[in-house]
Amino acid sequence: MRNVYVLGTGMTKFGRYPEKNVPLLGGEAALMALKDAGVGIKDVEIFFCGNLFQAPNMVGQRVLQQVGQTGIPVVNVANACATGSTAFREAYMAVASGMYEIAMAVGVEQMGKQGLLGSGGGGSDPAYATEGRLGSGLMPAVFGQAGVEHMRKYGTKLEHFAKISVKSHKHATKNPFSQYRNELSLDDVLNSRMIAYPNTLYMCCPTGDGAAAAILVSEAKLRQLAGGRRRPRVAAAALTSDPWTEHDLALPDVSTLTRRAAKQAYEAAGVGPKDVDLTELHDCFATAELIHYENLGLCGDGEAAKFIDEGGGMHPALGGKSPVNVSGGLLSKGHPLGATGVANICEITWHLTEDERARPRQVPNAKVGMAHVIGLGSACTVHILTI
Amino acid sequence: MASEKAQAADSGPRPIVPFLRLEPKPHLVGIRCSCGAIYVDLNRVACSRCGSAGPFEQVSFSGKGSVYVFSVVHQSFPGIPTPYITAIVDLAEGAAIRGNLLDFPPEQAQRDPHKVFGLPVEMVTRVVAKDREGRDVVAFGFRPAKR
Ligand SMILES: [Zn+2]
Repeated sequence: MRNVYVLGTGMTKFGRYPEKNVPLLGGEAALMALKDAGVGIKDVEIFFCGNLFQAPNMVGQRVLQQVGQTGIPVVNVANACATGSTAFREAYMAVASGMYEIAMAVGVEQMGKQGLLGSGGGGSDPAYATEGRLGSGLMPAVFGQAGVEHMRKYGTKLEHFAKISVKSHKHATKNPFSQYRNELSLDDVLNSRMIAYPNTLYMCCPTGDGAAAAILVSEAKLRQLAGGRRRPRVAAAALTSDPWTEHDLALPDVSTLTRRAAKQAYEAAGVGPKDVDLTELHDCFATAELIHYENLGLCGDGEAAKFIDEGGGMHPALGGKSPVNVSGGLLSKGHPLGATGVANICEITWHLTEDERARPRQVPNAKVGMAHVIGLGSACTVHILTI
Repeated sequence: MASEKAQAADSGPRPIVPFLRLEPKPHLVGIRCSCGAIYVDLNRVACSRCGSAGPFEQVSFSGKGSVYVFSVVHQSFPGIPTPYITAIVDLAEGAAIRGNLLDFPPEQAQRDPHKVFGLPVEMVTRVVAKDREGRDVVAFGFRPAKR
């Protein structure tokens, strides 16, 4: 496998764009990334497009109908919330394999206000729908239970989950790409209405629209095109699915596959958790972020609450250490499903290259960044970028 | 097959999922692989733990178990009463299953979650809907076990 670099990145602000459509949003992000890379669509040799809700609709080809139909291979990717990060990984592999010199990955989603509840299911006769009658299989309950599992094992308190959301919103005030940029107090978070215990409204990520894109190149192309600009190397691109574990079929196990992906990624990159200068991890709910501190090795098992109390996950400028989700994360920045994984790559890249788009929240001297995404069902990606 | 056809033609109650059997009294059914993995489900091509394609042993569950973890759902689809407790129950025979925890106040579970962990429970059934043919649809749930 060859070295692969992120030459250009771009993303739309996450939010609501009812006047736009999916190919338009994806096209906007693609153009930004191409411009940032200093190349044109005619230079791109293969394109991986991540989108979930319109997966049958050839979104990638429709993006090219917006930015330039060059006839290149297009692969449409769907992998739940890991859709964008899987598209990025496919683009990485296309270049790493030696088959292509320049690949593009776009993640795009338009969710409107439909929320994470989705459809009720039950097939043709709704009398046989199981949601709410055989418990809940919806995201808020699944990630509520993941948090409750941590409470059972380690005595974790509601306040610790809530503190994560306070931190996320504080971080987001420094990110113009974030859907929400308002600060919240601990009381605001704890007193907002309960959605699925222990996650209150402000411990759940919002839904929204948005797109992000990245241009990946080989080392030879980097030398030719970078013009002295420093660009991060993709030091690890791990992807796992959920292995058999005791409760997985009843309660999706989001921890085991994350631990496996993290281990693979650390080994591939030749770094450990202590070397990581910033992490963007999949905080679809506050409970998720807390358990992933341990899953990614940012702290020891059972130590997440202590980690939080000692400023773990907080931006160094706010007195924290091991910064996590300085972008605001899914909780504040937003979570247009297909876009999320590529947006994480943008954020990491901007810190490693001291890009002006991260200036208000720049993590000082960032050399190693990690991006983690979980798609329930389940898929997990961990990417490590180094400079 | 004959009994399934008879049941289909019947105007009597129907289980909400195929692994809930109503006769002779309500119980869950499943399969056990020789590797020890156990599934509350009959339709599998192979064991997802070890990959064996069987043959699998048929299992009837006692309905007894204990609560592993739970959440209290406060927001759901129209027509689903909230709040309710969704729980993962470790069945005595070894499998885990998701179901509503009934006869336990949701606010009490939120106030003192550690009282719910490991709570011994037993399976109960209840009618949750009428289908298009007018038959009662029966779901299972769990309630604190009677001592
Ligand atoms: Zn087996």
